[in-house]
Amino acid sequence: MLKYVLRRLLQAVPTFFGITLLAYLLMATTPGGPLGALVFGNPNLSPREQEQLAIRLGLNDPAPIQYLRWLLGDDWMRWDSDGDGLSDGSFLIPLDANGDGEAEPPGDRRGILRGDFGTSFFNRRPVLDLLVERLPATLELSVTSLIVGTIIGVGVGVLAAINRGGVFDNVSRIVAVIFNAVPGFWLGLILLLLFAVTLDIFPLGDRCRTTLDDSCPPLHQRLEYVVLPVFILATGPIAGFSRFMRASMLEVVSQDFIRTARAKGLSTRTVWFKHGMRNALIPIATFLGPALTGLLGGAVVTETVFNYPGVGRTVVQAFVQRDYPVVMAVTIYAAVATILGYLLSDILYAIIDPRIRY
Amino acid sequence: MATHVNSNGKITRLELTDHSKIKSESLLTRGFRRLRRDRLTLFALAVLLVFVGLSLAAPFITGNVLHVDPNATSPRDRLLPPGTEGHLLGTDQLGRDHLGRLLHGGRVSLAIGFFSAVTILVIGLVVGMATGYFGGLVDDLVNWVITTLDALPALYLLIAVSALLRPSPGSLILVIAITGWTGAARLVRGQTIQIRNLDYVMAARALGASPWRIMFSHILPNLISVLAISLAIGIGGVILAEATLSFLSLGVQEPTPTWGNMLTDARSYFNRAAYLMIGPGLLISITVLCLYIIGDGIRDAFDPQAVD
Repeated sequence: MLKYVLRRLLQAVPTFFGITLLAYLLMATTPGGPLGALVFGNPNLSPREQEQLAIRLGLNDPAPIQYLRWLLGDDWMRWDSDGDGLSDGSFLIPLDANGDGEAEPPGDRRGILRGDFGTSFFNRRPVLDLLVERLPATLELSVTSLIVGTIIGVGVGVLAAINRGGVFDNVSRIVAVIFNAVPGFWLGLILLLLFAVTLDIFPLGDRCRTTLDDSCPPLHQRLEYVVLPVFILATGPIAGFSRFMRASMLEVVSQDFIRTARAKGLSTRTVWFKHGMRNALIPIATFLGPALTGLLGGAVVTETVFNYPGVGRTVVQAFVQRDYPVVMAVTIYAAVATILGYLLSDILYAIIDPRIRY
Repeated sequence: MATHVNSNGKITRLELTDHSKIKSESLLTRGFRRLRRDRLTLFALAVLLVFVGLSLAAPFITGNVLHVDPNATSPRDRLLPPGTEGHLLGTDQLGRDHLGRLLHGGRVSLAIGFFSAVTILVIGLVVGMATGYFGGLVDDLVNWVITTLDALPALYLLIAVSALLRPSPGSLILVIAITGWTGAARLVRGQTIQIRNLDYVMAARALGASPWRIMFSHILPNLISVLAISLAIGIGGVILAEATLSFLSLGVQEPTPTWGNMLTDARSYFNRAAYLMIGPGLLISITVLCLYIIGDGIRDAFDPQAVD
């Protein structure tokens, strides 16, 4: 088992490397680049100050060096061994970058591989803090909707399979297609219009009532804030899981051991639920990875519609403001979450299916 | 019925060589025959064709029938309710005719959906067939690119590229294609590998057919139904993606209307003009629903294993 997990982790390394390249390219190839974004934020910078800023951020270095600095930091590229605040040794980059005859201060970046995602251009705060602060809101939405979506989806799928060709089967199929075809943000708006504006049952958005210290009470005390966004996020898993579970269930019940169970005289209920459903659930594990990716994408939209202060909204904001450190960090965050999601579903599949040897 | 002939075909062929009576039906004609009987798919197709027709005729309709300009703002006529004289479906927050904008918005949304999906398909076809057929180092490299791009949720990538490049409707098609080709490429690649290893392709190769000939005359025809399905579903997916992007105001910018960006400000006018929100969303949903139904219908009709 450990060997299998390690092998899968190893397979993820090239993908992760590709993602870091992609994140870097996103920044480096856009018109204006990071300096453009910074100047846009501070229009009063003189050309000379801009030049100084570019040198300080290392934007004049060759692209591979910039990439290395972002990935691994620059404290090993320029260092200060006698403690006078000026560096006295360098590797790959010049000691005196701005050409004023004096060595630059030593590098202080540690690189994303050591958890240093830099400082946000706009909030002037470490990017990692910014994301960690927003993560709980996103997690509570995604995890809840994944659980809700799985339970409802699996339940509907099983009932549809039992009721094959019947009214429930057809209705569930139609609802699944509709859930896939209706844009999530529009469904969210309609529900807001209906439940928040017209009926006034739920609030118009946000995570909880505004408090002085920006904290929120535990989830069960503010369900009215969570119901709508969770429903919107759960439509994807409900549609997916119900179709997938129905197919899986029908495949299982056509197998020989089900005939044996029936022949033994077991009740229909036992055959369907104990023998059928349990085995049909196994392939569902593979669906977890894609479901997680879907939720990450859905979070962007849902959090925007419902004004939910999570990572998804930060993503949109960062891209619009071209806050490159945040942009690159959220790219890495989304990729790592996706890779881990797929890894997790593969491992889960290997654990619960006794037929799989790894 | 054709199946009768087929099931008896073998025996008659052994006894009597009366070829005129044995009419085997190709997969294509059988598929179209099944499609003609599939009422739901036909209905979806009809609805879609009406939408396409209305969109194509949008400039004519707004100019000569409704006598409105979809981009002309008029502060006096802000947020008129549906049914107002001269504005059949009312006006939006800038006093622009809602029906006119819906028609013109459909034009942009449908065009972006169609052309992006076609571009995606072409890229997917070229990349998927080449890598699937030849394999080797290029295949490994392309595979690495595909896994990397797939490690990001599709919407993230789309948001990223369009936020940083600020595309026009034309370049948005390219942006959607560049971020969305991986699925089609994987699909085509998988199918190509499967077909490449079939006996008849082996036979063609043994007869000295060139790779080009094998790819175009032996593999491509087998891909057509898969491509048709993925085109129908792909257009639906792109329309959804474009709408989401425009809603986040990262897609097509005002004043050009699309069904997506007409919803951007909808939230601010909940109380006074709910109709502004319902129209575009409903049209997106119906269009995408029709496309998904058509995709499903093609899948069922051209399934070689299905029996009548």
